[in-house]
Amino acid sequence: MNLVQISNLDKSYGQLKAVSNFTLSADQGELLAVAGPDGAGKTTIFRTVCGLLEYDNGTINLAGFDIDKDFDKIKPLLGYMPQNFSLYPDLSVEENLYFYAGLFGMKKNEYQQKRERLYQFSGLGLFAKRRAGKLSGGMKQKLALSCNLIHDPKILILDEPTTGVDPVSRRQLWDILKTLKQDGSTIIVSTPYMDEVALADRAIFVHNGKKLIEGKPNELLSHFNSAIYKIKAVPSSGIMDQLNQIEGITSRRFGSSIHLYTRPQQNMEVYYNRLSQLGISAESISPIKPELEDLFIQLMEQSDA
Amino acid sequence: MYKIKFIAQKELWHILRDPRSLIIAILMPIVMTLLYGYAINLDIKNIKLAVIDFDKTSASSNLMGRFYNSGYFSEVTDPVSINDPEMILKKGQANAVLIIRQGLGEAIQKLKSMRNLASVSIDNYELGLIVDGSDANMAAAAGSYSSIIISQVIKDNLPLGFEFPGIRISRQVLYNPDLKSSHFFVPGLIAIILMMISALLTSVTIAREKESGTMEQLLTTPITPRQIIIGKTLPYVGLAILDGFLVLGFGGFYFGVPFIGSTLLLFVFGVIYVIAALAIGIFISTIVKTQQLAMMGAMMVTVLPSVMLSGFIFEIKNMPLVLQIITHIVPARYFLLIVRGIMLKGSGIELLWVEAAFLIALAIVLLSVATKLFKLRVS
Repeated sequence: MNLVQISNLDKSYGQLKAVSNFTLSADQGELLAVAGPDGAGKTTIFRTVCGLLEYDNGTINLAGFDIDKDFDKIKPLLGYMPQNFSLYPDLSVEENLYFYAGLFGMKKNEYQQKRERLYQFSGLGLFAKRRAGKLSGGMKQKLALSCNLIHDPKILILDEPTTGVDPVSRRQLWDILKTLKQDGSTIIVSTPYMDEVALADRAIFVHNGKKLIEGKPNELLSHFNSAIYKIKAVPSSGIMDQLNQIEGITSRRFGSSIHLYTRPQQNMEVYYNRLSQLGISAESISPIKPELEDLFIQLMEQSDA
Repeated sequence: MYKIKFIAQKELWHILRDPRSLIIAILMPIVMTLLYGYAINLDIKNIKLAVIDFDKTSASSNLMGRFYNSGYFSEVTDPVSINDPEMILKKGQANAVLIIRQGLGEAIQKLKSMRNLASVSIDNYELGLIVDGSDANMAAAAGSYSSIIISQVIKDNLPLGFEFPGIRISRQVLYNPDLKSSHFFVPGLIAIILMMISALLTSVTIAREKESGTMEQLLTTPITPRQIIIGKTLPYVGLAILDGFLVLGFGGFYFGVPFIGSTLLLFVFGVIYVIAALAIGIFISTIVKTQQLAMMGAMMVTVLPSVMLSGFIFEIKNMPLVLQIITHIVPARYFLLIVRGIMLKGSGIELLWVEAAFLIALAIVLLSVATKLFKLRVS
């Protein structure tokens, strides 16, 4: 069953087009990742979908309701976790939960049961009396998520829940999302981390407010249409300049090494001569497997060109 | 209704957990009452009065005694020159010089022996008072205090039941016969403080939710703007009312400000006034995005006009016409008249309905505009 349907969404801030012709759909029990760098338009899309921003064109339909006509009917079914911590730092963990339970009109015993369950899977029970502002980054995110789960939403929209969170908590948060998905929630989560995309059922790459590609994580890489080579050399600005002058390959710094991208079906050996002039021997060049990040960068450059 | 309770409770937690704002909310009314009622005392006392007595009768020394025992005038030890009485003012040794011409004794005698108006004619007896006008407040006070004292002297010397028509006192001071400024300021302060607490804190609390991003989370929950506004403002209404009582109690016990009229009536109007003030606070918070801007905006839009343009310190009828027109949209203007009327004169609704009508109209307009503008969307 299709629970989220966004069609041909347009949104601009004055002259700046933040989202253009964006379409997204998610089924019940689906975990959908929206990936893209900072400023790609992820937050704008999410805020618009949650009714926090006006939009110029398109339609947004959640759980069968049009957001413009029946937003009141959508709200009880929706959980939205903003990118920045949006709870009250001077209220304790328990008080924050109590407050949101109240806003969703929950009965007292209903709330208490739900709270214990949320404590169990988040591990927040130990910190029930601690002020939210004094929690660690990971715990804050778990609390924010818990506050959005208190009313058992059908649709959960999470804006970069793992940004600024330690690796262990990141892993835990994704485990929680997988459990929720199995319970039948539809989850749309944005992330700047490509390794998290692999954990989702489906992913959408976004750049400059446009959809670059959409598909299952393990099928996405088939769209990568070039070869990558890793060069063991210090990526000084001098060498990068000269590499960029070579026709037919693209080079990019990658940590303390350099990645070279050739055109599809191009043989790397034709460049060995040019490269050796730059002091790069054939032995220091080795082919590597492309990753989602490589695909993203390729698509991004094609879209910019 | 049920959800409003949660918003109000959360807001109360915020207030109770931020000791600074709580201290401000409780201490500010007390400090302001002290400041206005005591330190910034507009009562003129100890006007240094030199006397030139040409009459030298018991009547003249009696008159001098009346001045010096009034509590408003103090004796001057430096000598005053008969030929150049202004000199002592120029030197700053005295603020005023009273000149008692010869014939005071006789004039008083004539007063005492009056039987009927036709039988006695008194010469135009004149007392002279030279006042240093460089301090306008003091000069005005010296003039009015003198006329009060002199009229009292005349009254005392007239035969019983005799109204003497020959003396006209140009100024009558009603309701605050001692001209105590605390009696004027304490009721006014209630108007200022209610406005300050309601508008300022309300605008800051909504701006804080915007600034910290919590509004974004709040707006995706099933709650209406009206519920947010009512829930968030309720604790501040309570705080404002508490502050109102604080000023009232402090003014009453410490400065002896009378309370003649109905407490209930004042309470009802106080609530209406607070609603108008809250509406202004909400209005400001819909425009600004940060707490700091909200605070400054509230200061400019509420506190300043409430102090300057309400008649709290400056009389409205002495203002330029443009400012006089502006005072009509300052809620404090109406509430000030109401609170002074109820407290000092014991006025009831039959005398205050015009002000009341203006205040209610202003509150309704402000509140409906504010709730309409309050957005359900983030920037």
